[in-house]
Amino acid sequence: MTNPSDPSGKARREFLRRLGGAAVACSGALAGAGSLATTRGAPQKESRPAESGSFPTKDYDWTKHRWAFGVDATKCIGCLRCVEACKKENDVPLDAHHFNTWVERYVYLEGEDKPRIDSQHDPVNIEASGSQREYRFANRYKDAKVEKAFFVPKLCNQCSNPPCVQVCPTGATFKTKDRVVLIDQKYCIGCQYCVQACPYGARWFNAKKGVSQKCYWCYHRITKGLQPACVEACPVGARIFGDRNDRQSPIKIFMRNNKYRVQVLRPETGNEPNVFYVGLDSEVA
Amino acid sequence: MEPLAHTAPYIGYVYPNETVIPWTVLIVVYPYLTGLVAGAFTVSSLYHVFGMEQFKPVGRFALLTALAFMIFVPAPLLLHLGHPERAFNPVWTPHWTSAIAVFGYAAGFYVLLLILEVWFMYRPYLVQQAQQRPGFLGKLCHVAALGSHDLAEKAMRYDEKWIFALAVTGIPAAHGLHGYVGFVFGSLKSREWWSSDLMPVVFLFSAVISGVALLIVLYVLSCKLRRVPIDLPCVKGLAYVLWGFAMFTLVLEGLEFANIVYKAREGIEIILEYVTGPLIVPFFILQFALGAVTPLALLTYMIWKGTTGRALVVGVTTSALLVLFSVWMMRWNVVIGGQEIAKTAKGILEYQIVILHREGLVTAVSVAVAPLFLLWAMVRMLPPWMETASWEVAKPRAGDRRGAVDRRNA
Repeated sequence: MTNPSDPSGKARREFLRRLGGAAVACSGALAGAGSLATTRGAPQKESRPAESGSFPTKDYDWTKHRWAFGVDATKCIGCLRCVEACKKENDVPLDAHHFNTWVERYVYLEGEDKPRIDSQHDPVNIEASGSQREYRFANRYKDAKVEKAFFVPKLCNQCSNPPCVQVCPTGATFKTKDRVVLIDQKYCIGCQYCVQACPYGARWFNAKKGVSQKCYWCYHRITKGLQPACVEACPVGARIFGDRNDRQSPIKIFMRNNKYRVQVLRPETGNEPNVFYVGLDSEVA
Repeated sequence: MEPLAHTAPYIGYVYPNETVIPWTVLIVVYPYLTGLVAGAFTVSSLYHVFGMEQFKPVGRFALLTALAFMIFVPAPLLLHLGHPERAFNPVWTPHWTSAIAVFGYAAGFYVLLLILEVWFMYRPYLVQQAQQRPGFLGKLCHVAALGSHDLAEKAMRYDEKWIFALAVTGIPAAHGLHGYVGFVFGSLKSREWWSSDLMPVVFLFSAVISGVALLIVLYVLSCKLRRVPIDLPCVKGLAYVLWGFAMFTLVLEGLEFANIVYKAREGIEIILEYVTGPLIVPFFILQFALGAVTPLALLTYMIWKGTTGRALVVGVTTSALLVLFSVWMMRWNVVIGGQEIAKTAKGILEYQIVILHREGLVTAVSVAVAPLFLLWAMVRMLPPWMETASWEVAKPRAGDRRGAVDRRNA
């Protein structure tokens, strides 16, 4: 039942979305109809024959890969090319409040015990870039005596025990066989419980689409043999990505070379992140 | 054009994505409404299950109140969802590890239970109205009786059994539903302010006091509107219940806060900075001092002095209003407060309420007040006032404690 003047059904969806829960009984009926329709189109995650052949695409078998991400904080120069590349690649709103990936700057000034932390979304940095669509770190410490400073790229940790997946009431967000946490945007109800549950602040809500979003290591690229956009954009090799099943992959080499130095964020949560860091100090969480 | 996302100002360092507060005032309204339901049902059970006669004047009204508010419980959630039309996804394909997945079942079951109990309770009324009223309303009552027109003693005994069974089942259902709401928050390890084993219990007890307080206010108000004398033993009984549960709630909330401070886990510095800064007024002054300690002191004084008459009504109603306010502040301080403390444990955000928005103040107030209108309509259609219920058929039950009390009183 498609409106000829609105073949994509956008207006109808918007209307339904706005209608919301204005009248509970009425909305309930609508919701029932809507979700029945969605259920039919929703992938049956548990029952997919992942073991038997290629999935999720014809040429890709997710049982054959074990993706992991490395970050070498000692290399990052805070140029934020990765952030811009990610926004373009993944259609992330070009503002200072929604990011799949971001970079934190830790600066220890002389005589201070705690670092001063900021990220590209800080109003001072946004002012320096002149726009919420482009990012740079303002040179705000040029007159201060800096003792130590470093940058830390952040992104979704694609945890092995993801709390976001645990709390999702529909199973719209799920862990793939190749260790990436994905979100089925056609099934997400937009309750944002996952946004709350992520201790890393990696998830955000796309108000336009009405669903949660986050970094998924450019799953559309890596399943085609490409690197995530941020990894490709990084000029210094601070971001490392690869398949842990492949002994020659960059991540495997990175892990091997830094065997006793890699760490993960907030190990105490038991989430078991799959982004491995080198060069952090204890203040980074 | 209004911006899609309203961002929160902050101090310190917060993750970039945290600058949009995910759960707004509507998610404050949601546990508030559920709590009122659980509390109102508790009062209804005190009469229908435990046979406490002094609650007879509000026995039916409490049940109607629970139903009216329960019907609106999903409203704030539906208004909050990015895709309300997918609201039934968790029902069709529940992801059982999620606390929210249970909501559809729990709420659906509970609404059905309430409707059933109300139907059994009003069946004699519907039958009587179907016979007496001419025209459309009479026909409506005829249909609503669902063909069950037998008012003989045997049939009434059967109804009584159902009402009792439903009221008993409703106790774990209502309290389970609200305890679960506390679990939604308490089970998250990402926020120290929420992550507490006591959270479900605190939610539950505060739910009971909010529902009892609501009933006090509505009962007194209804008596004024109907120009009938207020039943003092009923008000006094409700005041005792309120006092007892409010005491528990205060102690539990104090314990929870003490736990956070005493354990002093990672992030305690920012929590202390938050509670001694932006939270001083909403938490210590409004929620605790004004909303919890004041009514407790007032109720204690009245119970101690044996206050009665108009002073008792005024005092108890004032306490009830303060408790209602306190529980609202508690919900606010939990839901909004938890999100104002940044996950980085290095910053504090400030939720700024929007007036006109799908998730704004006007919507929230409308959703919170709407059940009162529904309740008004329900009371017009199904008069709950026992003292005036001419249609009530004597329903003695074998070994019925209420019957015994009635006889004693007579």
